[in-house]
Amino acid sequence: MSTLSPEEAKAKYAKEVVTTATTRLVDVPGVDGRVAVITIDNGLDHTRPSTFGPQGLLSLSAAYDEAAAAGPAAIVVTGKPFIFAVGADLGAVEGDQRDEAMMIGELGHGTFRKFTDSTIPTFAFVNGAALGGGLELALSCQYRTLSASAGAIALPELFLGMFPGWGGTQLLPNLVGADAAVTVIFENALNQNKMLKPAQVLEMGIADVMFESPDFLEQSFAWLAKVVAGEITPPRKEIDRGEAWDAAVARAKAIVHGKTKGASPGAGYALELLELARENDLDRGFAAENEAMANVLMSDTLRASLYSFGLVQKRVKKPAGAPDKSLARPVTKVGVVGAGLMASQMALLFARRLHVPVVLTDIDQARVDKGVGYVHSEVDKLLGKKRVSPDEANRLKALVTGSLDKASFADADFVIEAVFEDLAVKQQVFAEVEEHVSPQAILATNTSSLSITDMASKLAHPERVVGFHFFNPVAVMPLVEIVRAEQTDDEALATAFSVGKQLKKSCVLVKDAPSFVVNRLLTRFMGEVVKSIDEGTPFEVADKATESLGLPMSPLILLQLVGSAVALHVSETMHNAFPDRFSVSPNMAKFVAAGKTAVWQWDAQGNQTVDPEVAALWEFGDMPLTADQVKARALEGMAEEIRLMLDEGVVAEAKDIDLCMILGAGWPFWLGGITPYLDREGISEKVTGQRFLAPGVASLPA
Amino acid sequence: MAAPAAPAPSGHDVARGVRNVVFVEGVRTPFGKAGPKGIFAETRADDLVVKVIRELLRRHPELPPERVDEVAIAATTQIGDQGLTLGRTAALLAGLPKSVPGYSVDRMCAGAMTAVTTAAGGIAFGAYDVVIAGGVEHMGRHPMGEGVDPNPRFISDRIVDTSALVMGQTAENLHDRYPEITKDRTDAYAVASQAKYAEAVAAGKIGPELVPVATRSADKGWGLATADEPPRPGTSLEDLGKLKTPFRPHGRITAGNAAGLNDGATGCILAEEETARELGLPIGMRLVGYSFLGVEPEVMGIGPVPATEKALKRAGLTIDDIGLFEINEAFAVQVLAFLDHFDIKQDDPRVNQWGGAIATGHPLASSGVRLMTQLSRQFAERPDVRYGITTMCIGIGMGGTVIWENPLWTGETK
Repeated sequence: MSTLSPEEAKAKYAKEVVTTATTRLVDVPGVDGRVAVITIDNGLDHTRPSTFGPQGLLSLSAAYDEAAAAGPAAIVVTGKPFIFAVGADLGAVEGDQRDEAMMIGELGHGTFRKFTDSTIPTFAFVNGAALGGGLELALSCQYRTLSASAGAIALPELFLGMFPGWGGTQLLPNLVGADAAVTVIFENALNQNKMLKPAQVLEMGIADVMFESPDFLEQSFAWLAKVVAGEITPPRKEIDRGEAWDAAVARAKAIVHGKTKGASPGAGYALELLELARENDLDRGFAAENEAMANVLMSDTLRASLYSFGLVQKRVKKPAGAPDKSLARPVTKVGVVGAGLMASQMALLFARRLHVPVVLTDIDQARVDKGVGYVHSEVDKLLGKKRVSPDEANRLKALVTGSLDKASFADADFVIEAVFEDLAVKQQVFAEVEEHVSPQAILATNTSSLSITDMASKLAHPERVVGFHFFNPVAVMPLVEIVRAEQTDDEALATAFSVGKQLKKSCVLVKDAPSFVVNRLLTRFMGEVVKSIDEGTPFEVADKATESLGLPMSPLILLQLVGSAVALHVSETMHNAFPDRFSVSPNMAKFVAAGKTAVWQWDAQGNQTVDPEVAALWEFGDMPLTADQVKARALEGMAEEIRLMLDEGVVAEAKDIDLCMILGAGWPFWLGGITPYLDREGISEKVTGQRFLAPGVASLPA
Repeated sequence: MAAPAAPAPSGHDVARGVRNVVFVEGVRTPFGKAGPKGIFAETRADDLVVKVIRELLRRHPELPPERVDEVAIAATTQIGDQGLTLGRTAALLAGLPKSVPGYSVDRMCAGAMTAVTTAAGGIAFGAYDVVIAGGVEHMGRHPMGEGVDPNPRFISDRIVDTSALVMGQTAENLHDRYPEITKDRTDAYAVASQAKYAEAVAAGKIGPELVPVATRSADKGWGLATADEPPRPGTSLEDLGKLKTPFRPHGRITAGNAAGLNDGATGCILAEEETARELGLPIGMRLVGYSFLGVEPEVMGIGPVPATEKALKRAGLTIDDIGLFEINEAFAVQVLAFLDHFDIKQDDPRVNQWGGAIATGHPLASSGVRLMTQLSRQFAERPDVRYGITTMCIGIGMGGTVIWENPLWTGETK
């Protein structure tokens, strides 16, 4: 165990928000002797959950010692109101020393293991959120009670590129069986960090018993008394260390491959540790966790993941370049021009989140009816799934109406268009809307590629026009690119950010440049891959070339999802803007003209082959590339494009590029979005002569 | 001749007989000392009520929660965590079905007593079958007099004397009225109260009605309140003689011969007798009658005397029929004024046999149900006793008395 003293820890980790552990001896009815209650509390309210850094671990360790020294009948550990503890204080792992990383692992293990090895029975009263190290502390205790209102219970480490390294990989499978552990450690963490519901925690056997929140602690104490008196012996699962364990490991491997393609080292270590846990030897298991933890903490991949986490947790909350919030105007009614699928999805979202009237218009009654009908049927689906109450469903349906007359926008404060991607059409739409709305009403466009400045240019009040670019599907994708055109004023922009926030979207400010951020980069990326195919690289080679990045989908699958016609249209736009870097593939044009939507086809067994009609229409060149060459070309193309975008001022910083790629394209944390990966692979320096981020920002310090 | 159409039952055909009301069981939180060092210093008043309601339901799984027809909760200072229609909000917070209504009650110290009598009236009338009634006062979070705004006419029109709103001064006034009640007598009564309480705790008579409460302290972490905090076991006459008389120089009222400033909550289940039998709810006491009566606000402590006389008269009983007394000990002088009036000795074993508020504390609006809970438990031990009373003095010059019958009484029917 580490010999770090509290004084050294305080000096060295001065920035730590210290979670203090306090020991108090209490009388519990039915217990002979006293019960030591350790409360872990960082002194802040429930919006700032308790975490464990070195000082906090030392405090907990000392609190245990104080408790044990009092010779109590039992030792309880519980949290401040609504929170048990939510894991490690990541601030302590910013350094570059491997032995320091080892120390963090050993300190956590040394502290938590006291609760495991205690000869005095130890109880975790899990009164609220227990994530990561918090849940590992609970697992380290001998008994666990759970509040039925405990919201967040999970081991999210794999989501962050780490693994549960304070005992989680060893204790959990030996408590609940390997399969349930795989669900928690692998499946949920890699499924957008899904949390367990309290009933699941109980059912899995992670908690011994669950009590309702109003008197959770009192009932936990009453239960403790019965356990201490021997009246209750919580049943524990028989662990199958044979076939079931094999099956669980296989399932974990499939999940890791499917979700990360092996690109996240934390997941890889978690697999090894799960295998090791089969022996149920805590000495070996914990030592292996420490070694693996030090390795992971000393990897650029993990640093990139932590950087990504910081972007989506913190940077999104204060969008770079957004005007002062107080300038935003209230939005009490929304107009949507166009009643197609995207427009209808937007109407539903506006109604659900803003709870204001939303009017859809289109060129004929049938389209309007279809759009409103879509929204109403989606509301019914939500009602069927009990996601909304009957009253809320009635309210939402009443909010969304249709009209053929843009005069119905007269009292709208925010009108967004989602009509055909044609500048003249959109200019016409805005001109018509402007006839009816107040001079302050925001005119927003969901265009993905057209110039917003051009769109606004013929209006009496061009300063009210903003780009408001959603990603498909609108309800799911978290990103909105908010575009400032040349004349857009701060009030309009602030209102757009305010609306975005109310829609619960993450907003990034971008300049009015062709295709903004995500589509521009994905088009460049896919363009390079398609170009390599045009030049003669087989589909199979080109499409698998970037597999090792662990992207959510391969380039050709992405093409299929975006829609080949849309992708072709964007590539044409980009070609017009930057003919030297963006080409329009003649094969793609034929592909779209032939009505094709996918390169790949799948048989009943799921075997993937090239659609023979696509193979027949595609004209291959005679200069095939290797997979590595395709990958290099795609990444180098992106590095070049990002540098140009930063130089053009499309976004404030490389961090915003990464934020867009994570939230708009689903690119993984371990790439850091993309620029940390380009930096660590040397691609940025090779292509542009410089890094995007200084060493240490999303990588180990230099 | 064809029979005429049967007439619909009209209102006057419906019998409106008064129904019997029974006290099923009462529970309470431990009582704490008000103030920053008290056990409940960082615990909300509404949470104390919630613990009580949940304990009642937990002790009586035979009572389906949806059968609770009303939740009446008293608090004197109905603001903050004691405001917001506490009976209703506490019911929701306790997890009772949303169909269960609730309301708040205020009659100062007799809040919980009034919650019981008012709800009992509803049962007797036929409006309810089962109710939860209780009270709370967190005098640490809500010191006496918080936010009050007495009408200036009280003074300008000489409706009350300035002493009437200061309970300690009214107690000094009571000494003036009854010079034979000396400080020696009140101190002796107080010593006995502490001693009787300590014996009752040791004998396990006080304790079973308590619901433990987890108590938060930001500095010390979580604790668990399982016992009353205010009692001072071993208090002697000599100890009491040293205490200051804060309400008058050389006065008689001290912190030792009066109840303190306290935090706590109480609650009980009341039911219509047949409903209780149908559900299998135990019957702790049967309500016989009650009265509230006003007295001069300057000597509010005399209130229990006329209130008891009125209640006895209405019930057709005399003081000699009463075998057990639970009288609130806001001040020893007020207890002695009652006992002297009825010619009962101050150490009569029928009176407050487990001690009283001088020892256990008096979180204003909660105390009435503490008295009832103790009387009910004493009835269980004493099948030879048929009737008992719970009585208390009430600020602004009132008294309240509730007469109860022991269902276990084995004697001859009168």
